[in-house]
Amino acid sequence: MNLTLFLLFPLFTAVAILFAQNLKQIRSISLAGALLQLALALKLLMAYYQQRAEGNKSQMLFEYIQNWYAPLNLQYHIGVDGISIAMILLTTFIVVAGILVSWHMETLSKEFFFLLILLSLGAYGFFISLDIFTMFFFLEVAVIPKFLLIGIWGSGKKEYSAMKLALMLMGGSALILVGIFGIYFNSHTGTGTHTFDLLLLSKMNIPIEIQKMFFPFAFIGFGIFTAIFPFHTWVPDGHASAPTAASMFLAGISMKLGGYGCLRVATFLMPDAAHAYSWVIILVSTIAIIYGAFATMMQTDLKYINAYSSISHCGFVLLGIGMLTQTSITGAVMQMVSHGLMTALFFAAIGMIYSRTHTRMVAQLGGLLKIMPFISTVFVIAGLSSLGLPGFSGFVAEMTVFIGSWENPDKMYRLATILACASIVVTAVYILRAAGQTIMGPITNKSYDQLSDATWNEKFAAGLLITGILVVGLAPFWLINLIQPGTEFIINKLGVALIK
Amino acid sequence: MSHPIYIALIPLIPLACFFILGLFGRKYFSGSAGVIGTLSLLASTLLSLITAYEYFFVSGKSNGVFQKISVFKYTWLQFSPSLSIDMGILIDPITVMMLVVVTFVSLMVHLFSLGYMKGEPRFATYYGFLSLFTFSMLGLVLSSNIFQIYLFWELVGVSSFLLIGFYFEKPSAVAASKKAFIVTRFADLGFLIGILVLSFYSHTLDFGILIERLTNTGSPYLIAINSASFLGVSALTWALLLVFMGGAGKSAMFPLHIWLPDAMEGPTPVSALIHAATMVVAGVFLVARLFPVFALSDPEALQVVTYTGAFSAFFAAIIACTQTDIKRVLAYSTMSQIGYMMFALGVSKYSGEDGLGYMGSMFHLFTHAFFKSLLFLGAGSVIHMVHSNEMKDMGGLRKLMPITHICFLIACLAIAGIPPFSGFFSKEEILMAAFESNRLVYGIALFTSGLTAFYMFRLYYSIFWSKPADTHHAHHGEGTWTMKIPLMILAVLALFAGFTPIANWISADGAPIHSKVPITFSILPVALALGGILFATRLFITANELPGRIATQLGGIYKSALHKFYIDELYLFVTKKILFNLIGRPAAWFDKNIVDGFMNLLAKITGYLSDMIKGYQSGKVQDYALYFFGGVAGLVIAFIYLWK
Repeated sequence: MNLTLFLLFPLFTAVAILFAQNLKQIRSISLAGALLQLALALKLLMAYYQQRAEGNKSQMLFEYIQNWYAPLNLQYHIGVDGISIAMILLTTFIVVAGILVSWHMETLSKEFFFLLILLSLGAYGFFISLDIFTMFFFLEVAVIPKFLLIGIWGSGKKEYSAMKLALMLMGGSALILVGIFGIYFNSHTGTGTHTFDLLLLSKMNIPIEIQKMFFPFAFIGFGIFTAIFPFHTWVPDGHASAPTAASMFLAGISMKLGGYGCLRVATFLMPDAAHAYSWVIILVSTIAIIYGAFATMMQTDLKYINAYSSISHCGFVLLGIGMLTQTSITGAVMQMVSHGLMTALFFAAIGMIYSRTHTRMVAQLGGLLKIMPFISTVFVIAGLSSLGLPGFSGFVAEMTVFIGSWENPDKMYRLATILACASIVVTAVYILRAAGQTIMGPITNKSYDQLSDATWNEKFAAGLLITGILVVGLAPFWLINLIQPGTEFIINKLGVALIK
Repeated sequence: MSHPIYIALIPLIPLACFFILGLFGRKYFSGSAGVIGTLSLLASTLLSLITAYEYFFVSGKSNGVFQKISVFKYTWLQFSPSLSIDMGILIDPITVMMLVVVTFVSLMVHLFSLGYMKGEPRFATYYGFLSLFTFSMLGLVLSSNIFQIYLFWELVGVSSFLLIGFYFEKPSAVAASKKAFIVTRFADLGFLIGILVLSFYSHTLDFGILIERLTNTGSPYLIAINSASFLGVSALTWALLLVFMGGAGKSAMFPLHIWLPDAMEGPTPVSALIHAATMVVAGVFLVARLFPVFALSDPEALQVVTYTGAFSAFFAAIIACTQTDIKRVLAYSTMSQIGYMMFALGVSKYSGEDGLGYMGSMFHLFTHAFFKSLLFLGAGSVIHMVHSNEMKDMGGLRKLMPITHICFLIACLAIAGIPPFSGFFSKEEILMAAFESNRLVYGIALFTSGLTAFYMFRLYYSIFWSKPADTHHAHHGEGTWTMKIPLMILAVLALFAGFTPIANWISADGAPIHSKVPITFSILPVALALGGILFATRLFITANELPGRIATQLGGIYKSALHKFYIDELYLFVTKKILFNLIGRPAAWFDKNIVDGFMNLLAKITGYLSDMIKGYQSGKVQDYALYFFGGVAGLVIAFIYLWK
């Protein structure tokens, strides 16, 4: 399986969009491209299973190395394990759904779809890279389109939000860069050169003082992408101002880049520092979980509700990583997949409501279930998934994090786990408040009576995401089996660090 | 058991029904949804009966003891080599009994709803939700794994939420559904943490292995969990109490009961099914499922169960005497009866004849399911006719609704514990068990049974006697035959279910219990019940001044009982004032002004600095020339003085 196809497909799609004549052609090309990505990702999944079934036990599969800047030993080194495949699958689902909900994007449609596809290219590149500099390069590719998507197609105080998002993420990138340079200059290949190669680096032992110095840079840098407290403030404004598809991409894909980076680069390459700082990670993520949940409770705008709840939910990702047990890290990856799918679904539902009622304020909505049963049902499903109802993905992911966290016997960590568990009650409060006021209750605005229910493209987008959520929620074994071989390598590395 | 396939079908048929009605009901089955739902449940009921027959009469017993049989197991989520969530089916006497109760009551409710919910625009959705609930409840009782039970536990919670909020345009229904979900979720938090503790120490989630590891004296797991302690209480006690907290939430035990009366906002058949016969006894079922651990390893936790149950039984009975909404009276009476089941478990021992309480609890669960769902369905018929839940809108209905009247009377006699109605038998066992092990609890239970007879007959007279019927209801009729038949079937069961030989089938250790309650023991409770009935007759058979006078004389006590002892207000204070105003609002403010404010400040400072220095890049060549020469001069000076 040639992984470079994950870069070539979006690239060709993006170029083809540039030659398209009108909205119809543009969106057809985009959708076709996105579906091809989806098919490719599924094929990758099958190929992965086949390799593993044949007894291939290496950490990364389908590797390929090509030097692209020899003086600095920069390599185009790609390869995947189960964790990256889970992320790639998530990305493809969200790309298809995002394109479907933007079906009627009239303003500057060419640029809009071009940027969406470009963003997906950046994400794929990030997830398949095994050279941390190449990884960083693709991370930046994924940041720029977001600035434009919000600044041009956004709503509300979009210039402010776009600028805030871009500056904060760039700040994160700067920290990451310091972190990876710290790793690079302390690597020894034996031939006198340094390396960015993830697999080579993982076999070296970077001195603990060096790790302690650079771990915070890398972890916080990636953490900003996944809304680490207190650098999460780009999330609410950014999501609220973004157009629907961009919100979906932002929450579903971009925030996962951060979690993946925290795990793959910071924790995997600097395990001693991960142990040393794990209490900080847990402190910060527990704050994010609880405080995010309480802050959500007071929001009045649907998008802000979902954005703040994302802060809380992404806290579980960081909590799982910080607990440093295999189950908790597996749970963190599952939570990334789950959060990506359900937040995208939530934003899609909010977008559908907003495009009809032209408001996102909870107080102005009411009784939508009677007017638009399909959209309302989608909204309720997204909400129930978010509050961790069994059958949906959120439940298995959160429970895996909880079980994994509890395996860490430290008393204070137990307390953090209990606090994190307590957030499921607060989540129920804000989700039911939101659903109770917008979907249920009497119809508040007579003019809503004429509004139409979902169109075919919206139904497909929602159906696809719900399918993903259900497949994870009802049959989690395939996902956990996919992820666990990957987390095992990480936990082995962490274990070695612990024994030293 | 030789035929696992059909056991799996018992929950799967309603699940399939849910998907069919949920996805296509609105379009294709808006008229036939009821029939589809009812027939599919009929199939499940028949399968349950076959299972019960197979288990109790053919294959369940070996060496005179009923076995726990693991029919089927599938690894659903493997956390680590030793810990996994399995989806499985565990068959033992209480599971089999619950299968029969759940499917049967659900069937009656499905049938009753055909008439009751007729003309409802979301008819198919209603049946879809009923199927979802039935599936979840059956999954709960069949669970072989403590995490599996938690999973279905949450699912019954959400189906209850959906059904309470079924009339979603009514703000009170929306509020009630939210309250039910959130209060039980809070309780489930305890359950979840309890599971985490149990699984950590016993390294398993499977019920069979868990119970074995935590009951065998000398098992290293038991020693570990007992030696770990927190705040002076052993980890095992913590775990069991936390699990019990989940059970108390679902079963509406004090102080987590506040959602149950409000849950009466749902359609009345739903109340009969979920909030009377099945879901609310899930907590009792959970304690019964883990009973060996409670009884053999941790009697302290069992004490908590006992007193929670006894207090709830008494507390709810007092409130029930003052309520005027007939469904709320029934709701409090449910809470009170579940209290009986709870403390019966609490006073029970594990093995042999000492396990009388366990058996009595399950027996009462069994009989209660029939007479309580009958009471609710009867109330449903009444509400269907008078379009009100309030006693003041009723009275004298016995002539207009003869069948409902008789059935309701039978149920009232059953719950009051008058022989030979079913409630008598199960309540006697419970009282006997309490008498033998805890006199205080026995006293409470005895007094409460007198109260029960009183408030039930207050209800009965207010509906069917009291004053002449309001004739403008007459044209409604008593409802369709689909509504009357379930009433009659349930009435027959309320009459005769007491003769079921439950003692031969159900006990904590699986061996039959032989002890009989002596007839002399029954005299006192029955006399008290009769006294309660007589007192109610005196007060309520015709409308008179006396009840009002007594209420005024009781003054404060009456008033606080009427206001449910202000527990709701207390909760409201905690949530509104503390959670929202003291935590939520400051958190949101802090985020907006401090955290985000800091980021904005950073941006402002950067902007200010750049404002300060941007003048230097003026674009004028003469300025640049000046800087250039200035720089050169500076370097020259630096070189001259610093070189060396």
